[in-house]
Amino acid sequence: MIEILWFIFDIMLVLLLLALAWTTCSTQDVMRAVTLFIAMGLLLAVIWARLKAPDLALAEAVIGAGISGALLLSAIKDYPSNLMVSHRSPVMRGMINIFTIALTILMSWAVWHGIEMSDGKRLSEQVASQLSISGVSNPVTAVLLNFRAYDTLLELAVVLTAVLTVLILNEKRADHKVISPLLQGMTRWLVPLLVITSGYLLWVGAHAPGGAFQAGAMLAAAMILLQLAYPSIHQGFNLYLLRLLLVIGILIFVLVGLWMMLLNDDFLAYSPAWAGSLILIIETAATLSIATALTLAYLGGRPTGWENGLKKSASHKDSHTDNGRVK
Amino acid sequence: MISEQLLYSLAGIGLFAIGLRATLLHHMLLPRLLALNVCGAGVFLIFIAIAYAGVENMADPVPQALVLTGIVVAVSATAMALALGRRLEALKDE
Repeated sequence: MIEILWFIFDIMLVLLLLALAWTTCSTQDVMRAVTLFIAMGLLLAVIWARLKAPDLALAEAVIGAGISGALLLSAIKDYPSNLMVSHRSPVMRGMINIFTIALTILMSWAVWHGIEMSDGKRLSEQVASQLSISGVSNPVTAVLLNFRAYDTLLELAVVLTAVLTVLILNEKRADHKVISPLLQGMTRWLVPLLVITSGYLLWVGAHAPGGAFQAGAMLAAAMILLQLAYPSIHQGFNLYLLRLLLVIGILIFVLVGLWMMLLNDDFLAYSPAWAGSLILIIETAATLSIATALTLAYLGGRPTGWENGLKKSASHKDSHTDNGRVK
Repeated sequence: MISEQLLYSLAGIGLFAIGLRATLLHHMLLPRLLALNVCGAGVFLIFIAIAYAGVENMADPVPQALVLTGIVVAVSATAMALALGRRLEALKDE
C-alpha cells in the first residue's frame, strides 16, 4: 500500500516537472518563462529531497531557484524584446525535433542498460569506509572538502573566473528608483534571520545537510535583499575588503593545501587529527567568497568606484618609473 | 528501488531533451540560457536518480557532491553569459 502511494507521488512529481520544463521552454513571454523556471527549481528541490539528497535540496532552493532566478529576472530589462519566438524554418524545426527524439531514445536505452547491468558496487562504499578519518560525518561534505577537495578548489576558481568576467565587462546596473517601505520593513526582519541561517548551515554541514555553498548563497540572498530594499547600500562597500573577500576562499584553500603538502607530502592531504578544523576554516572562507561573488554577479558589474583604487596605484607606479627614467 | 531510479532517470532525459530542443529552436540569448539550464537540470536528475538507493538507505554521496558542484558552476556560467549578453546589447546601441 505504502509503495503504491510512493509511486503515485513519484509520478505526480515527474509529470509536474516535465510540464513545468515544457512550459518554461515554450511560453512566449520571457518574464513568464523565468518565473516558471524558478518554480521548476523549487520543484526540483522537492525531488532532491525525495531522492534522499537533502544537501542538494538546500542548494537547489537557494542557488538554483533563488539566486539564478534573481540573476535572470534582473537581466530581463537588459534586452529590448520580451518575446521569445523561434524563427526557425519548418524544415529546420522538423530536423531539430527528429534529432531530439532520436537522442532521447538512445539515451533512454543507455540509462536503462546502465541501471539493469550495474552490479551495485559504488564509490559510496569507499566513502563510508573512510568517513571516520575525513574529519566530518556528513558524507557529502567529506567528498566535497576532503576526498575530492581538488574539485571544490577548482570550482571556487570557476566561480571567481566567472565573476571576474562579469566585473571586467560591465558597470553595475542603474539603481532602482522605486523604494518600498514595506520591503524595507520586511528586510530588517529577514536579513538577520538569513545571516543566522547561513551561519547555522555552515556549522551544521560537518554532520548534517548544509555546507559552504548553501551558506554562501544564503548570505548572498541577504545581500540581494538589502540591495533591493536599500538601493544605495552598495556605495558603503569597502572595495578593498570586497576584493579580499572575493579571493579569500581560494587563498585559504591553497594555503591549507600547501601547508599540508609540507607536512604530509601531498597537496590537500589533511592530517586526520586536524581535518575537521581545517575543513571548517576552508568552508568559512569559501562561504564569504561565494557570498561576495554571487552578490557582485547579481549587481551585474563593477560597483561605483571599483577602478579608483587601481587607478591610484597605477598612476603612482607610472610616476615612479618616470622618476627612474629622469634619474 | 530500480523502478524509482528508472522513472527519475527517464524524467531527467525528458528534461534534457526539452531543454536541448528549445536551445536549438531559439535565437535570443535569454530563452537559450533558460533552456540550457533546463538541460543541465536534466543531467543532474539522471545523476541523482542513479545515486538513489531506496527509502531506507543513504544515497551515494559522490554523485551528490558532483551535482552540488554542478549547480554552483551552472549559476556562475549563467551569470557570465548574462554579463556577456548585456555587453553585446550595450555595443549594439552604440
